[in-house]
Amino acid sequence: MKRPARAHPLWLAFVLHRLSGLGLALFLPVHFWVLSLALTDPARLDQALHFTERPLVKLAEFGLVFLLAVHFFGGLRLLALEWLPWSAPQKSLAAAAVAVSFLVSGTFFLRAI
Amino acid sequence: MMLDLRLYMLQRLSALVMAPFVLVHLGVMIYAIQGGLSAAEILGRTQGSLGWFLFYGLFVLAAGLHAAIGLRVILHEWTGLCGRALTGATWAIGAALIFLGGRAVLAVTWGGA
Amino acid sequence: MPDAQATLSVTVSRGGYDSRQRQIFAVPAHENQTVLDVVSWIQQSLDPTLSYRFACRVGMCGSCAMTVNGVPRWTCRTHVKKVLDGDRLEIGPLRNLPVIKDLAVDMEPFFDKWVAAEGRHHPTRGRAEPIAPIDPLDAQRQTANAGIECINCSVCYAACDTVAANADYLGPAALQRAWTLLNDAKDGNRQGILDAVSGSGGCHNCHSMGSCTAYCPNELDPMSAIAGLKRETARTFFKRRG
Repeated sequence: MKRPARAHPLWLAFVLHRLSGLGLALFLPVHFWVLSLALTDPARLDQALHFTERPLVKLAEFGLVFLLAVHFFGGLRLLALEWLPWSAPQKSLAAAAVAVSFLVSGTFFLRAI
Repeated sequence: MMLDLRLYMLQRLSALVMAPFVLVHLGVMIYAIQGGLSAAEILGRTQGSLGWFLFYGLFVLAAGLHAAIGLRVILHEWTGLCGRALTGATWAIGAALIFLGGRAVLAVTWGGA
Repeated sequence: MPDAQATLSVTVSRGGYDSRQRQIFAVPAHENQTVLDVVSWIQQSLDPTLSYRFACRVGMCGSCAMTVNGVPRWTCRTHVKKVLDGDRLEIGPLRNLPVIKDLAVDMEPFFDKWVAAEGRHHPTRGRAEPIAPIDPLDAQRQTANAGIECINCSVCYAACDTVAANADYLGPAALQRAWTLLNDAKDGNRQGILDAVSGSGGCHNCHSMGSCTAYCPNELDPMSAIAGLKRETARTFFKRRG
């Protein structure tokens, strides 16, 4: 992927959206497999859940929620840009609102852990 | 072949379907991790529940579809994969995600391990 | 040092489509100088074999578009001072189009995609009939007007990463033209245009990176035009499924 010499905000938004989607798509099978342990090996599931209490894992979990929030709100931004008859300044406002919402949700999650 | 109107609409619609699911899932997670995670606590809430079965079942279908289409675009743009190989990969990824996800849904919502 | 100020170090990408090299030229610097001035000076004073395109040299034809320090620009409207990296300038042909020689690219794929997007007017009346009146203040007309000043310079096409990654993708210029025709009350093939932009190379491949809008020298907004196409095709998607 070659990029223009000056990467501009909308282009960075695209990269963030793509990488977060990729990250989530790679995480999902792992997530599904761990949960399936309830079917085949419940003791191992408990082990896995206990493992998630480690601080490094908590950090990784926050990273995942970050990816999810970025992808989710970025996607909403795209849908608004494409399907709603908003003008340019309103879109910037939407982007700002999104950033704030994400900060709030991120903090919320950190508080919970 | 590539992202034509049908695939685009499926991608956007599955995203819209998932929006409320994501919010509920985040809420459930934040609630569930208060006071530590355990298999017994999770399964106690979800096993034998038709509601959770339907919720997560639909979530898995939408996520599998959405991720498969998203990965299709990434595969084409970043590796040049195209034609039948690309279509094959897309179906394989979708099927794998829905299979693994389905197993996880069953593991967590059907009674008894 | 006075000498360093007086000379530019200009790296030019040379060669045919299959063998590229980079050649460095020392070019005298001037107070008022465009990148086109630099390229012309090299060809006229140092190396007559350098191939490049230009025509009007006043920013209305788009022929002189090249890649300057990684960015697609009209070289006649790019002051050297604005893009100089120290004393260095790097000039190459436009991205995403086949190179003929040195800085001249083959525009044919660009025009082929223009036609493939149904970027030509489909008349509804013959010359014997009265002209259909169009109110210039009509909202739809204003939407169309926003995109009609495209001069096919292909800077947007060169700037687009999706064009680079997807050979089928029609590109911002072609799709913007399709959008202006879709909003042209006199155009008689609305469905044809929607079908043309809904195929494998259609508007749905756009990821809204916005490089097209960011780099258009005419300050047009192809990204919003493409968003409009997505909106219209999505609307008819549901109508057709009834």
